Amino acid sequence: MLDLPILSFLIWLPIVGGMGVLIVGDRSGAKQFALGIALLTFLLSLPLYTGFDLTTPDMQFVEFIPWVEAFKINYHLGVDGISMPLILLNTFMTVIVVIAGWEVITYRVSQYMAAFLIMAGIVNGVFAALDAMLFYILFEAMLIPLFLIIGIWGGANRVYATIKFFLYTFFGSVFLLISLIYLYQLGGSFAVADLHKLPIELTPQILIFLSFLLAFGVKVPMWPVHTWLPDAHVEAPTGGSVILAAITLKVGGYAFLRFAMPIVPDAAAQLDWLVIFMSLTAVVYIGFVALVQQDMKKLVAYSSIAHMGFVTLGFFVIYALAAKTAANPLAMSSSVLAIQGGMVQMVSHGFISGAMFLCIGVLYDRMHTRDINAYGGVANQMPVFAALYVLFAMANTGLPGTSGFVGEFMVILASFGANPLIAFAAATTLIVGAAYTLWLVKRVLFGDVKNAEVAALKDIGRREFWMLAVLAVAVLLLGLWPKPLTDVMDVSIRHLLDQALNSKLCSGLAGGCP
Amino acid sequence: MEAMYLAIPLAPLFGAIVAGLFGKKIGRAGAHWVTILGVAVAFLLSLVVANDVMFHGNTFNGTVYTWAVIADIRFEVGFMLDNLSTMMMLVVTFVSLMVHVYTIGYMSEDPGYQRFFSYISLFTFSMLMLVMSNNFIQLFFGWEAVGLVSYLLIGFWFKKETAIYANMKAFLVNRVGDFGFLLGIAAILMHFGTLDYVETFASLKNFAGGDIEVFAGWKWDAVTVIAILLFIGAMGKSAQVPLHVWLPDSMEGPTPISALIHAATMVTAGIFMVARMSPIFEMSDTALNLILIIGATTAFFMGLIGIVQNDIKKVVAYSTLSQLGYMTVALGASAYSAGVFHLMTHAFFKALLFLAAGSVIIAMHHEQDIRKMGGLKKYMPITYWTSLIGSLALIGFPGFSGFFSKDLIIEAVHESHLWAAGYAYTLVLLGVFVTAFYSFRMFFLVFHGKERFDAHGHDDHGHHDDEHHGHGGTPHESPWVVTIPLIMLAIPSVLAGYLLDPMVVGEFFHDAIFVNDKAHGFDPALQGLLSAHPGIEEISAAYHGVLGFVLHGLMAPPFWLAMAGLGAAWFIYLKDDALARWAYDKFRWLHTLLDQKYYVDSFNQKVFANGSVSLGNVLWSIGERLMIDGFIVNGAAKAVGWFSGVARQVQTGYLYHYAFSMVVGILLMLTWFLFF
Repeated sequence: MLDLPILSFLIWLPIVGGMGVLIVGDRSGAKQFALGIALLTFLLSLPLYTGFDLTTPDMQFVEFIPWVEAFKINYHLGVDGISMPLILLNTFMTVIVVIAGWEVITYRVSQYMAAFLIMAGIVNGVFAALDAMLFYILFEAMLIPLFLIIGIWGGANRVYATIKFFLYTFFGSVFLLISLIYLYQLGGSFAVADLHKLPIELTPQILIFLSFLLAFGVKVPMWPVHTWLPDAHVEAPTGGSVILAAITLKVGGYAFLRFAMPIVPDAAAQLDWLVIFMSLTAVVYIGFVALVQQDMKKLVAYSSIAHMGFVTLGFFVIYALAAKTAANPLAMSSSVLAIQGGMVQMVSHGFISGAMFLCIGVLYDRMHTRDINAYGGVANQMPVFAALYVLFAMANTGLPGTSGFVGEFMVILASFGANPLIAFAAATTLIVGAAYTLWLVKRVLFGDVKNAEVAALKDIGRREFWMLAVLAVAVLLLGLWPKPLTDVMDVSIRHLLDQALNSKLCSGLAGGCP
Repeated sequence: MEAMYLAIPLAPLFGAIVAGLFGKKIGRAGAHWVTILGVAVAFLLSLVVANDVMFHGNTFNGTVYTWAVIADIRFEVGFMLDNLSTMMMLVVTFVSLMVHVYTIGYMSEDPGYQRFFSYISLFTFSMLMLVMSNNFIQLFFGWEAVGLVSYLLIGFWFKKETAIYANMKAFLVNRVGDFGFLLGIAAILMHFGTLDYVETFASLKNFAGGDIEVFAGWKWDAVTVIAILLFIGAMGKSAQVPLHVWLPDSMEGPTPISALIHAATMVTAGIFMVARMSPIFEMSDTALNLILIIGATTAFFMGLIGIVQNDIKKVVAYSTLSQLGYMTVALGASAYSAGVFHLMTHAFFKALLFLAAGSVIIAMHHEQDIRKMGGLKKYMPITYWTSLIGSLALIGFPGFSGFFSKDLIIEAVHESHLWAAGYAYTLVLLGVFVTAFYSFRMFFLVFHGKERFDAHGHDDHGHHDDEHHGHGGTPHESPWVVTIPLIMLAIPSVLAGYLLDPMVVGEFFHDAIFVNDKAHGFDPALQGLLSAHPGIEEISAAYHGVLGFVLHGLMAPPFWLAMAGLGAAWFIYLKDDALARWAYDKFRWLHTLLDQKYYVDSFNQKVFANGSVSLGNVLWSIGERLMIDGFIVNGAAKAVGWFSGVARQVQTGYLYHYAFSMVVGILLMLTWFLFF
């Protein structure tokens, strides 16, 4: 198993396949071809799980090819328990997205499908990259397909949204590039593993951390650099929204774990309050903003930001917990719990937000509006759809038994040990999150049939049913039994904690700085 | 045996899934058969298990599967079967079975028939998971799952604007409670390192008064914080003031679920939970005092509202609130067994009262206003007699089940040494009068007196398409699927009280419930910290058989208060209502206050609901659009645009402009070099 370069396949198969789809063009068969590639990619990603060694924190399925030797940039791939589930999430959601666009997209179909396939390959690369420069290149390359997806298949105001999205994220990543070059100057390597070991003084650590925070914080997105997301979502086609919410946001969260926390742990420990504050603001403030949205997609977009707040909260609350090790014998376990919670939240949010956007897409395809006021009483005409929608809505409110519960529960439990007030603020999502989600459900699904357009609605067809049903099963499975996921991440997260909590200041090192 | 334990919750789940997903294929009869079979299996197996647990002492505490393992923290799903949980299982499955059968009659005309059966079976599953749990995470799962089903069922008729408002309100108010509950669970995990009941209670005994530090230097006793947070959860689920507001509105749901969920089982989950957590609550007098105050306030003041209600279901709903208050008071007085005992008797007679109300509603063609009823006694004998039994049980008439359980609570409060006990004792005593008054006001208005309904004018009943009822003739007794459950529930409504001997004054709950009394060998280490809670202990000491208890009850104030309430209702509503008119004129403000439900609903709507939306609007328009997007993001873009606009002025493209600036530049440089 280990001999096959699975990760390379996962990157290049969809990219080359996407090119192939472009060549096929808008003849018949392009969609089938694209679906075949997506399915094959998903199947190929499964051995990552089945062949995964749970006992080691080391990178697995490693591939190494020197690339730009002058700058020691290498084509270096590998996965651990943190990145592997995200790759699986990505290949899974890509299949869903291809199916979602099946009958809906009529304009430049092959290019649409190709964009998603190429996107999938690039994202797999982002999660598998063990070379910082390779990561950076793919991190930026991700923008291109997404830019095209929103810009070509988007709504009326797509140009504003596309430019805003591009400039926003690009602005953030420029600082990432500067930091990476600085780190290369300092340690002479772009290998992530080397960067993890590199001792750095506090001041540069803080500057690097802030640039990471900006680059990844925009991606997550964290308050207050989140305003590109609602606009991008509103204008993006359904598939674009799904990938945006389910996959690209996860890159930001993942990068915090892979780069920010292990490379500059002292700065992270110094500035944990800032990130915790930003995360809690995302949970509370954004929750209230979501409450008053009139556009369904905007509402779910804001809800995404609030849910991603739990991810960053879970990651950075470990520093607050570390400060309490003396008083709290459970601090270490709570730290693992916090990061596990953040990770589970990422995977779960991938399913739930993806499903929520697909549901909105189903309605939009029929009614051509996202205005909540245009709906009412949809459940009368679309009972099957309504049942699935309510399930996802409940998952969105974090109902136990659904995946939405697991991550939030773990993060709240863990943060109580750090400070009850943090848990208190985070737990308000129980109320506010339920308020905006259920109010949406009430206004859209329930009530009497509101108007002639709603009366003319047809329930979901087989394609739509299965694409939502598969996600529903995923949401329930992860909620009822998260162990298969948490077990995979366990060792890697403990290893990460060692790195993220140990000082890298020269004064703190036995041998001092080299 | 363990397979049997597992089958108890899974049988109703199976029924729910089949009826829910394949409802169309199996048809109406298929749906009710599969769900009734599922619940019947659960009930029969519960009987077997209860026999095994109660009479052979084979309690069980074990894991079903491991949910997740995070470092040193294990999250497991498992069952704990002792006298407390098996008693709950019996109550839940029995009432649920009765309600399932009843539903065949009540919902026979409804297009959502299969969906309804699926929901109530799903509810039974969730409730069983809740009571059978041996850990907090599964407890929370069941806790929220019953909330979900309650949400779905209150909004069952989702076209009705009031129904979908009520179900959202119910879910959100419950979420306020769950907010506290979840934080309580978090505090337990932090202090005891486990979410398993037994492990938690074990480490509680060695827990030397830890603190929770919220701000630097501001410390609270950890157990008190935990107990209060958990109790906030119970307040939401068991509808205690001020989180009671959702329960009256929940009457928008079909009547069978009002009986099952909003009277007999789900709303008592909070009572069950506190009883289950008695070792925690026993460690905090502060929490117990709070519970006494909240419970007594609910018991009395919610009962008062019941007097001015005219909707038959609303009267029963406020009565439920008030009775939940009684149970809560029992918990506060450390008489957990009395609280749980009242929970059980209440489950029977209140489910009976609701189902009887439903039977009346069917006969009245979905008219729910008791002012438009009257004289139904001769048309509906079975409903009449079962209602009478239920009402007598509710007001605590000697010999009926409610008498034993309610008297025990009042006695226990009387014996309590906590400072809030005086307040609670007064209110629960007065509550007895109120209970009897509103119960028999409704009873007389519905079944006695003049016939105030119009036998021919009830063809306009909103959502329900019940042409079959619309014979236009006189009201008539409901079909057997409705009356059999009434009779089946009437039996324990009378007899369950006689279990008092073993259940409360006996040793029945001694392993499941911890009370800080001599019977448990009062821990000398804690003696200085806590007061003893002798309520039940003293009652047990003074107890000399059922007969003595009844005779004693006949001479005690609660009995006379109940009789006074009954008599007053009889006089006012059957003889002469001059007194009521006089009181209405004299105390109109009081009537308005009660009619407006103490203005709690309007307060919540104005402050919390509208306030949240206003806050959201402010954050959205100022925070998002003006500050972040307007000022920072687009501001940055505009600033760039402005600067480039300025810079563009320089780049005119005219050669003489460039030549001129070159000359000026050279001059300036020359000046610099020459003179500086």
